[in-house]
Amino acid sequence: MSENSESYRGPLAVELHGISKSFPGVIANYGIELMVRPGTIHAIVGENGAGKSTLMKTLYGMHQPDDGTITVNGQQIQFRNPTEAIAAGIGMVHQHFMLADNLTIIENIILGAEPTDNRGRINFGAARERIEVLMASLGATFDPGTNVSELGVGQRQRVEILKVLYRGAKILILDEPTAVLVPQEVEELFETLKRLVLDGSTVIFISHKLDEVLTYCDEITVMRQGTTVAHTTPAQVDRRTLAQLMVGSDLPDPSGRETKVGEDIRLQVLGLNVASEIPGAKLALQDININVHSGEIVGIAGVEGNGQFELCEAILGLRPKLSGTISVGGSELSGSDTRTRREMGLSYIAFDRHREGLLLDSPLWENTFLGREENATLTAGPFMKNRSIEADSRVIIERFGVLTPSEQVPAFALSGGNQQKLVVGREMASNPKILLAAHPTRGVDVGAQSAIWDELRIARDRGLAVLLISADLEELIGLSDRILVMFDGHITAELDPNTATPEMLGTYMTGGEIVTPL
Amino acid sequence: MKNQRLQRVLVTSASSLLAVFVALCICAVILLITGKDPIQAYSTLFGAAGDIKVLQGTLNRATPLMISAAAVAIGFKMNLFNIGVEGQMRVALLATAVAGAAVDLPAPLHILFCLVVAMATGAIWAAFAGWLKVKRGVNEVISTIMLNFVALSLVAWAFKSFFTADNAPGGLLAKTKELPPSAWFPDIVERRLNGMFFIAVLVLVLFYVLVWKTKFGFQLRASGANPGAARVTGVNPKRMVMISMLMSGALAGLVGMRALLGDVHAYQNNLAEQQGFNGIAVALLGRNHPLGIFISALLFGYLGEASGRLQLEDIPKEITTIMTGIIVLAVVIINEAVKRWDDKRIQHKAALALATRVVAQ
Repeated sequence: MSENSESYRGPLAVELHGISKSFPGVIANYGIELMVRPGTIHAIVGENGAGKSTLMKTLYGMHQPDDGTITVNGQQIQFRNPTEAIAAGIGMVHQHFMLADNLTIIENIILGAEPTDNRGRINFGAARERIEVLMASLGATFDPGTNVSELGVGQRQRVEILKVLYRGAKILILDEPTAVLVPQEVEELFETLKRLVLDGSTVIFISHKLDEVLTYCDEITVMRQGTTVAHTTPAQVDRRTLAQLMVGSDLPDPSGRETKVGEDIRLQVLGLNVASEIPGAKLALQDININVHSGEIVGIAGVEGNGQFELCEAILGLRPKLSGTISVGGSELSGSDTRTRREMGLSYIAFDRHREGLLLDSPLWENTFLGREENATLTAGPFMKNRSIEADSRVIIERFGVLTPSEQVPAFALSGGNQQKLVVGREMASNPKILLAAHPTRGVDVGAQSAIWDELRIARDRGLAVLLISADLEELIGLSDRILVMFDGHITAELDPNTATPEMLGTYMTGGEIVTPL
Repeated sequence: MKNQRLQRVLVTSASSLLAVFVALCICAVILLITGKDPIQAYSTLFGAAGDIKVLQGTLNRATPLMISAAAVAIGFKMNLFNIGVEGQMRVALLATAVAGAAVDLPAPLHILFCLVVAMATGAIWAAFAGWLKVKRGVNEVISTIMLNFVALSLVAWAFKSFFTADNAPGGLLAKTKELPPSAWFPDIVERRLNGMFFIAVLVLVLFYVLVWKTKFGFQLRASGANPGAARVTGVNPKRMVMISMLMSGALAGLVGMRALLGDVHAYQNNLAEQQGFNGIAVALLGRNHPLGIFISALLFGYLGEASGRLQLEDIPKEITTIMTGIIVLAVVIINEAVKRWDDKRIQHKAALALATRVVAQ
């Protein structure tokens, strides 16, 4: 599996051998083999839940492996905590930024590693000098005296990297750094990383986005179900082979339909304008027009935060609109509250299953009941019919293949994929007429993904109208009958999935006709 | 399936029992330090359980605790911490004493009238905190604490300025005009156990049915457990905050009624003092569940009732107050520790069950 690292004879920056780690409830690492050459950007790719983050936490000393060895720069090491890893020159840039908004860039960077003079006072001058040197090497141009609250996402990430460099890191671990970035920022990030590598640093880059891995990284290690399964380079693989290595089998295919799209318009959005939550900012949604027919899946492509969330909230009646109409089956929704809209056959797979989809501490049967309190078979007058609710929950669990010991288990005990299947199952159980599906397969394993796709297809063939919001372009192209692209609160393009390519979508999603140079 | 539910109940009760046990141990150490014999103290304290009079007094003392714990617990179910039960109770006490003495009704109606007035005024006082939270996002912990001070001072001032009865005999506590006997809540055991005990039990039963058996209760619990998830299903979280605050306040209004309608029959300054605060401890120990609240209220009622016996042995009865405090601390700490352990256990079991199923396939 390491055919091309044979040519390299010097000490490796990082070498992991036979690493295993087990936890209750999550996929453990076992038999990990990782070899990272110094001065490279080394990608670790794998699906959500493949054990990438667990592995990186092991390397960063956040927990200890049950078995195996860690070798850094030719020396075998055991880290008891991150402090020891930092001392050995390993730094980690977390997916979720850990910055104090009310402090300046300098203060954030030196926090916990303040240079002091002999009377114990912080020597800001020395700190600033060092930070400016580091910034120059990164090509960063902001003023280190600015408050972090004034920085954009890309700049914040730059500060996180500076924080790690300031502590003397030569090996940087970046955990899904591009998840929060728009494409232009992604490019800037990789320019920064290239500079670092030229200066002699080593970057370990965790991702499940194949395109950026293939474009920017030097070497790739693929993880699947807790272990490393392949070591390769962008020159040796294409996107499809890499994806197959990641999932270990042929990829499930979202496409395929035999039935025809219906004639009647189930959901109609006309001239919809919605204000932004920030007073004075431009509209969150501007002149949105969407028709979804029965038996049709209309895909919404777009970088997250371009109005998709506001669109769902407006359709559900959770957010006031400035003007425009939203109609379900021909009747206008203006006066009706969320509950009424749901009873008219509107269903919603929320963007974030933890924040808006599940009651994590409650048993599964309460979770499948949530939002279905008006269902006559589950309730009698003001009372709940607990036996029926539990039986109904078992049916949903069975039908959607939710793996759980029973319906009495609290939702937090399930894996992400099973939680998502439960949410999808609940939303489909009320036999909706219209489904707003936001990232229905986000963060689930391949098996759960194809199960959810199957259910969506079956329901569509029976006449369900689906508004599908997704960041997975293959899912969008495969499932949708039409694709609309949202950018900056507008619908900027309508594409035919038969002719659309991920590259085309990517171009429209980033705001226009300009093809971003790769 | 039933098995898992039973396990949860057992784990929950065990952790509360453990908390009480730990508190007893700590108090034993305190007694030793002060030079008293803990074995003698505890045998006196718990030996009193054989006395029927002590048991009657226990139920009587438990009555307001059950109601005030229910008031706190209904807020907790919605993730609201109503610390203002004391203030809401006090406002309701004075309002009821004044309104009750001003009207003339046949006995059962007069009592009912008083209870309704008490619930309404308690709810109105709690509504301030609810309104502040819904409209201005003011944390209810802060607003209810502040409103407690406002209520105490306002009631004391109004009582002294307007409602003190002129004919109060000198040397005794100042009181409002006495309620007519038609408003007196009858005793079950003369001067020992008041009939309000049944009202308290009824409150707990209704609380159980409402929160665990109705759609409304489910929506209340869902909003407490995850406001975001409840919101997207069409439950209005602000409305839920307001309703649970009103219900909590209405129950808080009832807390002082045993003392007012069943005992003193007029308002005086120390009437039902602290019973609103004590409910928080009872709700914590009872894990916000009616059955747990019932048992905890009995325990706290018993400690209060039997503490008098300690004085005969020259042991300060305040040791039971210390014990109550330590129980609350122990409950909070042990519950959290047990919950973490239990969450891990459940997660582990779920993962294990899956692993075996996958292997079986």
